[in-house]
Amino acid sequence: MTALKRLLPGGNSWLAAYAFLYIGFLYLPVVFLPIFSINTSASPKFPLAGITLQWYRDLPKTPALIDAAWNSLIVGVSAAILATTFGILAARAITRYRFPGRRPIHGLIMAPLVLPEVIVAISMLLVMLQLGLSLSLFTVVLGHVLICIPYSMSVLTSGFEGFDRSLEEASADLGESAFGTFRRVTLPMVAPAIISSLLVAFTISLDDFIIAFFLTGTEATLPIYIWGQLRFAAKLPGVLALGTLLLIGSFLLLSIAEILRRRTARRTQSKGPQHG
Amino acid sequence: MTAAAEGSPPLAADGIRRRPPLPQSESFQGLALISPTFLYALILLLLPILVVFAHSFWTQNYLTIDHTFTLQNYRTALTEPIYLDLLWRSLFVALLVSLFTVVLAYPIAYFISFHGGRHKSLWLFLITIPFWTSYLLRVMSWKVILGYNGVLNSGLMGLGLISEPSTALLYNTSAVIITLTHAWAAFAILPIFVSLEKVDRTLIEAAKDLGDGPLRSFLRVTLPLSVPGVISALLIVMIPTVGDYVTPKLVGGKDGVMIANAIQAQFGKAANWPLGAALSVTTMVVVSLMAGAAVFLIRTAARLVR
Repeated sequence: MTALKRLLPGGNSWLAAYAFLYIGFLYLPVVFLPIFSINTSASPKFPLAGITLQWYRDLPKTPALIDAAWNSLIVGVSAAILATTFGILAARAITRYRFPGRRPIHGLIMAPLVLPEVIVAISMLLVMLQLGLSLSLFTVVLGHVLICIPYSMSVLTSGFEGFDRSLEEASADLGESAFGTFRRVTLPMVAPAIISSLLVAFTISLDDFIIAFFLTGTEATLPIYIWGQLRFAAKLPGVLALGTLLLIGSFLLLSIAEILRRRTARRTQSKGPQHG
Repeated sequence: MTAAAEGSPPLAADGIRRRPPLPQSESFQGLALISPTFLYALILLLLPILVVFAHSFWTQNYLTIDHTFTLQNYRTALTEPIYLDLLWRSLFVALLVSLFTVVLAYPIAYFISFHGGRHKSLWLFLITIPFWTSYLLRVMSWKVILGYNGVLNSGLMGLGLISEPSTALLYNTSAVIITLTHAWAAFAILPIFVSLEKVDRTLIEAAKDLGDGPLRSFLRVTLPLSVPGVISALLIVMIPTVGDYVTPKLVGGKDGVMIANAIQAQFGKAANWPLGAALSVTTMVVVSLMAGAAVFLIRTAARLVR
């Protein structure tokens, strides 16, 4: 209760009540995943028929699921690394330099965020088929990198924005080599933003269905596997169990990303007054 | 002589020591640094969209594409009742979903920005968590909630409010609208929150000092100043939702099918790429027009209020 009060310092009570209701609405579908994933009956309704961990125990015994999980891991890690690399370059350019065409270029890079995913997916599909690329996990990675870059960019630009260039200059003036400056000054300052970008991009790739649906060949990623299972009512509890695990995984990854992002923000902010 | 020396750029004075200005200039470094990402977006986004645009003027000839220019695909897209119907329904859904999300999100963004105190980022984090669950699973979860034997029906029956399960909840347009309104909430809250954070608090105090009540100062100061956030929230929700594929497929039933399902069919079973391309281009153009009109209306309204 005290925690609740601390969340609402002098809060307007009507607005606060609305805020809690709204958050309830946001979490509503999410809470049913874990609840029905431990239900003995396959049909998701109250009251629960009984409590079981059977569906969780069955997960590792499904080869198709294990394959899909591996595929998702490979795609997610590759997409995260590539998107973050592209993101670092672009975010550094945007936050540090002024150059002609800065706004339209930035606009194009961020565009996947506001385009219908289906249209992005079919456009890439058309080009890949024209180029004679056979659809595989590689084409999925290409697509995921494109849709992850905007998210990486926004995490990285906010990380780089508070970055004080005079620290690098000071390090160089004090005799550090370019590489030494990078390793001992630049990297520690931006590392949290980079890790947080990797985690966010990985999560986006892990969750994406549409791009993978259009661009994959025969190999399924986890969302594609889930999509296939949704047709069978009897498979629902297994899907719910898998969904619960994914939810916990995403939650952990994003909590780490958030903590790191805040640490960068604090570090870059606390520098300000000292420099006066 | 001296005048000429002063007038000449400093570069000429010690031109030997300095490197050529252009490659070292800020513009060049910036462009060089951003070019890999820019090229990636150019090749995998802009080029593909142009290819789709080109396809929309061609014809499918069984397995090959006939490259003669034609407007036939657009004629089909704009006259065939089934596509027109889907297009209208998609626009209607996108418009309602974006209005609902923005209207529902505004008070939350306002609450966090003005009453969030020290815990602003915790509130924002709480709001974003549900959106990191797989989109597919969230949609499916709504199916569980709204279904015939679903949570809502059994809950209402348990409370004695209805005697038998209602079929009106799932497999129709309103199920699609509810699901999408939920799915896009965070994308509306964040831009509105950012624009509210930028509102200069002293302006609100000034309005109060000059005799405006809370409602008046909100309508005349806070609301107009947060219009950019409202507009970007509206666009960020409206444009992607018009092409949503998963939600109509899972909870929309027969009545809830949207244009993306038709587009997918052209690239899948129907195998008519040019028609699929024309449908995509039409959708993008029409939704952009609708978004433009919405932005214009909001800006005009904001100006009139002030």
